[in-house]
Amino acid sequence: MRFAKILGALGLATAVLAGGLVSTAPTYAKADALERIAKEKVLRVAVPQDFPPFGSVGTDLKPLGYDIDTATLIAKEMGAKVELVPVTSTNRIPYLTTGKVDLVISSLGKNAEREKVIDFSTAYAPFFNGVFGPDDIKAEKAEDLEGKTVGVTRGSVEDIELSKIVSDKVTVRRYEDNNGTISAFLSGQVQLVATGNVVAAAIFERNPPRQPIMKFLIKNSPCFVGLNKNEGPLLEKVNAIIAKAKDDGSLNDIAKKWLHAPLPKDL
Amino acid sequence: MAYSFDFSSLLDYTPVLVDGVATTVGLTAVSTVLGVALGVGGAAARTSTVKPLAVVVGAYVELIRNTPFLVQLFFIFFGLPSLGIRLAEWQAAVLAMVVNLGAYSTEIIRAGIEATPKGQIEAGASLGMTGPQIFRYVVLGPAMAKIWPALTSQIVIVMLGSSVCSQIAAEELSFAANFIQSRNFRPFEVYFLATALYLALAVALRWIFSLMGQRMFAKGVSRA
Repeated sequence: MRFAKILGALGLATAVLAGGLVSTAPTYAKADALERIAKEKVLRVAVPQDFPPFGSVGTDLKPLGYDIDTATLIAKEMGAKVELVPVTSTNRIPYLTTGKVDLVISSLGKNAEREKVIDFSTAYAPFFNGVFGPDDIKAEKAEDLEGKTVGVTRGSVEDIELSKIVSDKVTVRRYEDNNGTISAFLSGQVQLVATGNVVAAAIFERNPPRQPIMKFLIKNSPCFVGLNKNEGPLLEKVNAIIAKAKDDGSLNDIAKKWLHAPLPKDL
Repeated sequence: MAYSFDFSSLLDYTPVLVDGVATTVGLTAVSTVLGVALGVGGAAARTSTVKPLAVVVGAYVELIRNTPFLVQLFFIFFGLPSLGIRLAEWQAAVLAMVVNLGAYSTEIIRAGIEATPKGQIEAGASLGMTGPQIFRYVVLGPAMAKIWPALTSQIVIVMLGSSVCSQIAAEELSFAANFIQSRNFRPFEVYFLATALYLALAVALRWIFSLMGQRMFAKGVSRA
């Protein structure tokens, strides 16, 4: 009980502190971030360091990944130096709203709750669940899976979604974790797998004889760059840079490097 | 303790549970018959005078009894496809259970065989019985009677061990419990029920084997 009280007090203190921070934040956010970046020639970006291939720490202890490359690319286009700020998935938005960073490039998905707090750029990275399998199997929709065996990690988002769309004629094999699903696919115990594109990329990394090639999409939730509200000029600039990077293929190179697959055309 | 129990949320999943129990019973039944048969053969080989045969079976027994069941199962399911041998999950599960029970029952039955007094075997020989006849009519019956309780326990262990087969997506009782728990997020209720079902299955199994033992060995079969 005492422990709970201490916890409660701590929580209250944090809330008060956070409240103070938020109330001071707007003065900062109102300043035109783009102007400041142009003046100081530094772009501060929140990136993940615990979520490969989007962001992890290399053997030289420097962050690397899809998000880091994207941050570097955007900074370069702005003529600024990139300053990478490692964040976790829970503190990435607070880092932005309290003005510690200019952009969040941290495999951030869009939803209504987040849109109330921050703005989003156009999508810069694909993030989806789909059905993957080797080249010689044709499957373009859920009906095509009939008579086939599909492996999936039990209880995952893709398991729930797949179970909704397939009929009884599809044999769904549910494994305990992603490693079980990957092993079942690589050893040929299942013909196809339903999983995330990031997991498929991890399978590709091992350069296996059976390659997981995208068959069709189950659930799409691409990644966006997060910005503070009322930063119109910065948002336009970031969108322009992403559009240009999509056109000249530099974003496609990043996708191929980290996800082992070209950017989807609809991104 | 503010947890409110809700067993009614399990009702929707009754077919999954029924399938799970049926698969567990099926797996156990098939692997018991084949595994004990393998054990009898193994015990005969291990106690035979043909040395190489005894050594090979001895190696098999030691290999299986000194490695984890889960690893044996993964070897069969995920490993063998590299050699072009691809088994479905239930085939892999049955094979692993048969191989496993075969090794343990070989040792159990061997103990029973070696407890047969020499005089009985000599009595058989002096009646003009051949080696196989002595094994069948003089040695095996009393041996099985002696080790029946130990064999029963081993079969119960194998039945409970079949829960491991959920790891290769064999849809037995533990798989059903895991599946339901990842859908309705009621682990306590689900595993409580799974535990009760396993207990009931084990008690039923012991009861059946005890009845079988009484019928087969009670009327002096052990003295045959």
